[in-house]
Amino acid sequence: MDGNASAPGFPLPSEIADAPGAEGWRSMYPYFTRFQPEDDKRFWFYNSMHFPEPMPAFDTITAEVPYSAIGANTARVFVFPTTLGIEHRIVNGRVYITANPVTDPDEIGRRAAVFGERAGYYYENWDTLYQGWKMRIKGLIDEITSITVPELPEFDDLAVVTESRGVAQNHYVRENFHRCIDLFSVMWHHHTEFLMLGYGAYVVFFQFCKQAFPEISDQAVARMVAGIDVIMYRPDDELRQLARLAVEAGVADLFTEGCSPSAVLAALAERGEGGQRWLSAFERARDPWFNVSTGDGFYHHHRSWADDLTVPFAALPRYVAQVRDGMLADRPTKALRAERDRIASSYRDLLSSDEERAAFDQMLGLCRVVFPYVEDHKFYCEHWFTSQFFARIREFGALLARSGVLAEAEDVFQLHHTEVDQALSDVMLAWAAGSQPLGAAHFRPIVAERKRILAALRDWSPPPALGPVPEALNDPAVHMLWGVTQQTIEAWLRPSSDVVRGVGASSGVVEGPARVLTDVNQIGEIRDGEILVCPVTAPSWAPVFGKIKAAVSDIGGSMSHAAIVAREYGMPAVVGTGDATKRISTGQLVRVDGDRGIVQVIG
Amino acid sequence: MTPRFTCETAEVGAADAARAGGKAAALGELARAGLPVPRGYVIAAAAFGLHMDAADPGGAGRGALGSLPADDLAGIARAAADLRARVVAEALPPDVAAEIAAACARLGAGPLAVRSSATMEDSAEASFAGLQDTYLAVRGTDAVLDRVRACWASLYNDESVAYRRRRGIGEDGLAMGVVVQRMLSPRSAGVMFTRSPVTGDRSVVAIEGTWGLGSALVGGEVTPDSFTVSKVTGEITGRRVSVKVRVHSFMPNGPGVSAQPMPFALRRIPCLADDEARALALIGRQVEEHYGAPQDIEWALLGDSPGHPALHADLADRIVLLQSRPETVWAARDQAPIASPQARASDHVLARFRRAL
Repeated sequence: MDGNASAPGFPLPSEIADAPGAEGWRSMYPYFTRFQPEDDKRFWFYNSMHFPEPMPAFDTITAEVPYSAIGANTARVFVFPTTLGIEHRIVNGRVYITANPVTDPDEIGRRAAVFGERAGYYYENWDTLYQGWKMRIKGLIDEITSITVPELPEFDDLAVVTESRGVAQNHYVRENFHRCIDLFSVMWHHHTEFLMLGYGAYVVFFQFCKQAFPEISDQAVARMVAGIDVIMYRPDDELRQLARLAVEAGVADLFTEGCSPSAVLAALAERGEGGQRWLSAFERARDPWFNVSTGDGFYHHHRSWADDLTVPFAALPRYVAQVRDGMLADRPTKALRAERDRIASSYRDLLSSDEERAAFDQMLGLCRVVFPYVEDHKFYCEHWFTSQFFARIREFGALLARSGVLAEAEDVFQLHHTEVDQALSDVMLAWAAGSQPLGAAHFRPIVAERKRILAALRDWSPPPALGPVPEALNDPAVHMLWGVTQQTIEAWLRPSSDVVRGVGASSGVVEGPARVLTDVNQIGEIRDGEILVCPVTAPSWAPVFGKIKAAVSDIGGSMSHAAIVAREYGMPAVVGTGDATKRISTGQLVRVDGDRGIVQVIG
Repeated sequence: MTPRFTCETAEVGAADAARAGGKAAALGELARAGLPVPRGYVIAAAAFGLHMDAADPGGAGRGALGSLPADDLAGIARAAADLRARVVAEALPPDVAAEIAAACARLGAGPLAVRSSATMEDSAEASFAGLQDTYLAVRGTDAVLDRVRACWASLYNDESVAYRRRRGIGEDGLAMGVVVQRMLSPRSAGVMFTRSPVTGDRSVVAIEGTWGLGSALVGGEVTPDSFTVSKVTGEITGRRVSVKVRVHSFMPNGPGVSAQPMPFALRRIPCLADDEARALALIGRQVEEHYGAPQDIEWALLGDSPGHPALHADLADRIVLLQSRPETVWAARDQAPIASPQARASDHVLARFRRAL
């Protein structure tokens, strides 16, 4: 300790001790994710928005690949003048990140010339490029969906001979697995192709608004830009349609609180024309709209609605009851659009000159051009593609389980993707040799140990940040995406016992009992009138917003999912609190002030 | 007989500042726009003129005052005191007194507020705000007649005269109207600016308020609660509740206006609920729209005693405006446009990312 012991600060990376009982965690992650001695000099913050839980070994691919892609796009492809990429490190299973800025004015100038040409090309051709993007992403989704895991039968297919393919099944074990990994990488490159430019347009408009109206709230800016027909609402809209159809087709009685999806589906098959009609509508809705993860596409165990129907079936009984009572309203898109336009034109009128109004029109116009991508890409990438990606990996896991290397398919996610590669080689060799794979003895103890370590890591409370406190954190992108500002850092440094501070993301003040959910699969526990306190929300959480009075999240800025949905439902929300899920317990009475961004425990 | 020296508040408007004084003109303008002001009447500046003809025949006293050098404070104090004594001692012209008595009778029984309304007051160029007197809880016509003369005399307060001498404003054209209103017993009162006084932001209404009468706030005896309300979304984007240690309140059945320590239990309670702050902001916007420029407004919120919101009336019916004047501080600042249109919309973004974040 130095003489300044009284000054609050964050621990240095090198000061972090192994979580008790989890001493072997390093073996789960690649060497390039470890903190280095020189990392003590930089400021890192815990990316609990994307990685709210300890990382299973396979799932580190959802950090490695995205950071490889986003950095490439900002630093090397579009050559952003002032920023390179993001570095990530893993300690005790948690992902910490830091952004690399460019500060040398000459270097910024050199990069700016390249950036202007490249970014300008994308902005000027955005609509055309975005249409092409959607086609390419759908192509990737089709491909990841169609990838198969070879059966490895006793004798290979006759066609290998009659078509003189000359390549046996075991080759495709590796090729198809590699193709999954490669497609995941391609998807992430496309994901981040438009990301920074999209947010850049928003940041510029945001800063203009803050300068013209210094006291404007973040959410007021967001509301001027927000799209109305956003794909994110589609899965929930589909559920509402299915609820309507259930009543119309006379099968509503099957949808009761706590019903089992498989029992309901079986019963529907016995219910004649009405049941059939519902089932075929269900199949149509399911593909693609149930490809929505109960998380944000960063963990294999955040299953999609499509492969875990509990979540949609937990929401259906409530919607069915609302249809029966004539209470189920569609999203009032017309009113929402009118309100968005009213807010924008009111602020426009308040500007002090026609010159400013013309600039406002340009910036807002550009935001609205880029926002379909900003709002919709998550469905295509993190949800639809990624649900299919994890499903394919699970199928490779099933092959490893069939071959005896793993005890069960799900265990594949305890291995890093390079280790899965090795295990598959083992299986390929054994099939070719007519022997048994050797992996059981090697990998099964590793899997068991890692499951134990992960359980221990879950009990570790990661500090919100590590390293020296930056003099100023003024990066608007960091603020917008992660809700991390100078104020956030100060609140992290000086926690007060009964006040949780975050970003006021949707206005209003309410009180109610808290329901703390750390895992999305618990959303069935929510009762009417409770206040949801969670790490982060994703589109699949939408049905709970019909039940809750307010939303509080650990992570998120004014453009995060919880913020957008809460504004739409007109309920208070405080996001980006850092640690609300740790400091608030289920059943405590809390007051959520969405204007000031404060959550207070009052009983 | 048509009154010559008095009229209803709504009979004057913004153009009548010379005839009725700035405060009366502003109140009349608000009343004409359908905005809530206290019931009352206006005594025209002509009544002051007639009274001064008797109190200072030929304007000799005023002339002497006007010729004193600005730095002769002792001389100013002597001459001003002499003139004030004459204004107060002189009986009101009979016609004026009769009209005031009739107007008071129309207002009905009950305590009144008598407020100065100087013809030069409240102009954006030279604000005399606060230099003239207001009398609260005035009971009975005789007392009103006294207070009217006291208001007139306050035009010759030492500070007012010294201010005019410093600014080189002559004594010749000066006059004063008077506003007589029914006394209010507000639950909370204060001021609001239809743009942020701190940042100049025109998209918000900044409200300051305290328990009871606004005089505790204007006089600097309490730190007011402050609220910032978005004009566009109605969000309350700022809220600071201060410890309000004193309260000025009016007891209709008691001694009149009194200043007392605020009960401990109520000191830290906000003097406005959120919906009240929003309702005030909405009225503030209406005033601003009516004038076409940001305003500085005095308001009162009627209700029961401090700390107990009134439940008996619609919120909108409980708000009363006491004054509105143009905001002058930010209006005087020339602000360069913060952005100009570019050849392409994306040029805004390209330019932004060329600077360090």
